[in-house]
Amino acid sequence: MKHSRMRAHLAGILALLLAGGGPATFAQETHIGGLTGEASRGKQLYRRYCVGCHGPLGDGRGENAVWIDPKPRNFVTGTFKCRSTPTGALPTDEDLYMSVTRGFVNSNMPSWLPLTEQQRVDLVAYVKTFSSSFREEKPAAPVPVPSESAANQQSIQRGSELFQKMNCWACHGKEGRGDGPSAQTLVDNRGYPIPPYDFSGGTRFKCGESNQDLYRILMTGLDGTPMPSYASGLTPAQAWDLVHYLRTLQINAKHKRPTADSEQKHRSESKPVGEELEGRANRF
Amino acid sequence: MGTIIKCLHLIAAAIFAFSTAPDIARRTMAITRASGATTRTSEAWPGVPEDGTVSGTVRVTGPQTVATRIDMAADPACLKMHPAPVMSDEVVTGPNGALKNAIVYISEGIGNHSFDPPTIPAVFEQKACTYNPRILGMRARQTLRLINSDPTTHNIHPVPQNNREWNLSQPPGSSPIEESFAREEIIPVKCNVHPWMKGYIAVFKHPYFAITNKDGMFELKNVPRGEYTIEAWHEKYGVLTQKVTLETNQAKTLEFVFKR
Ligand SMILES: [Cu+2]
Repeated sequence: MKHSRMRAHLAGILALLLAGGGPATFAQETHIGGLTGEASRGKQLYRRYCVGCHGPLGDGRGENAVWIDPKPRNFVTGTFKCRSTPTGALPTDEDLYMSVTRGFVNSNMPSWLPLTEQQRVDLVAYVKTFSSSFREEKPAAPVPVPSESAANQQSIQRGSELFQKMNCWACHGKEGRGDGPSAQTLVDNRGYPIPPYDFSGGTRFKCGESNQDLYRILMTGLDGTPMPSYASGLTPAQAWDLVHYLRTLQINAKHKRPTADSEQKHRSESKPVGEELEGRANRF
Repeated sequence: MGTIIKCLHLIAAAIFAFSTAPDIARRTMAITRASGATTRTSEAWPGVPEDGTVSGTVRVTGPQTVATRIDMAADPACLKMHPAPVMSDEVVTGPNGALKNAIVYISEGIGNHSFDPPTIPAVFEQKACTYNPRILGMRARQTLRLINSDPTTHNIHPVPQNNREWNLSQPPGSSPIEESFAREEIIPVKCNVHPWMKGYIAVFKHPYFAITNKDGMFELKNVPRGEYTIEAWHEKYGVLTQKVTLETNQAKTLEFVFKR
């Protein structure tokens, strides 16, 4: 991370040298594959689909926000849960695109698969305009995800020891049911209570559902939540061992590997927005 | 193209190397000019002597509060390190309500003067499942060195408003983690594994800050003449503000009194 900051610094100086003065800013272009995001088009889409929860200023204070738990993301701080980049770093365009595409399980953020790819890329381009961080900093290089080791008994056993040593149980509980001794005390960066993931339920994770996604969650952390990055505490081999053990805790998972119907599953697990919202609000 | 980029990198590195040199030269010149006296002049205010002092005490009045007991039962490793009951050190007072762990700092009057951060790191240690120190003062862009001296895993989770938020796990026996903050701010820090672990990292762009000792005393040294706003901050009692005008070589005393 230090290294990447240094690189960002050097890049800034280079920009100064080339431009002959002025504050260092980075081009805010958004690219996914061959598509280029257009913030002005994204703004129109945002005003139609996102403003109700995320608000006109992107601060997560839309008019529906009071009824929603967990609260809509505040885009102004530039802090995002689902990243491929180290903790403290900005997400890549691809990370934001995946969040829009996938939606967030157990939240009011649905999958936006009904929008075209170009529309989702445009939304990403507009969302990035809410935080000055995207102008001031470059996203860091993604955390590498090396190829997976064999998920055998020895690996699971080592993973179980790491689950103990890394104090995962303190929040997630001895059996991964999300009922560890510190679970009730957890809050997000805005002070709202946030429950740790219950592995026994077997739902997909906030940031994906493959073993690679789980590996990435361990190494990047979920910024803005109590889930830290283990990048400085686990070797890649250890992280894979932990992934293999965590899978054994998903006792009620319908399937343990992503399948072709994954996207369909995403839709059914995401809660709808709109009229349904009122029914949910009545629960509280 | 590759060669050009390499070249530019070298130029950038050279700029880095030279950017610190003139500072040293300027300081040496300033000291020479004031030869014969102990006065040294400010790096940030060239030609202005930085020999003023603002010192004093921070106190709290009102009904005595009872320190709450910390329950470390959630982690047997923490419990084991404390045979005796542990009391919260959120509020530590001495005779006459002297208040420890308040931060006193110049909040206005520095203007756009800029200061290079110290090259030595600021150290924040996790020891016996508490933070040492509980309140750390450091400079923007100074290296922050995080150390875990415990036989258990902690996570260091600063929750800033104006800096990037990060959250790093640090298992026992791992090497120190180095980080830094770019902007001024008093940042709450917590360990999510151990909910009683609370601390603050106060980040300043200038060197004029101090944390009160057990007698509630503070001292801001080498302050150039000028008009300043001085604030005293305490994690439980909030912020008090006073104005002070400092002439060359003047020492002023301030008292801050929080009311419970
Ligand atoms: Cu801890």
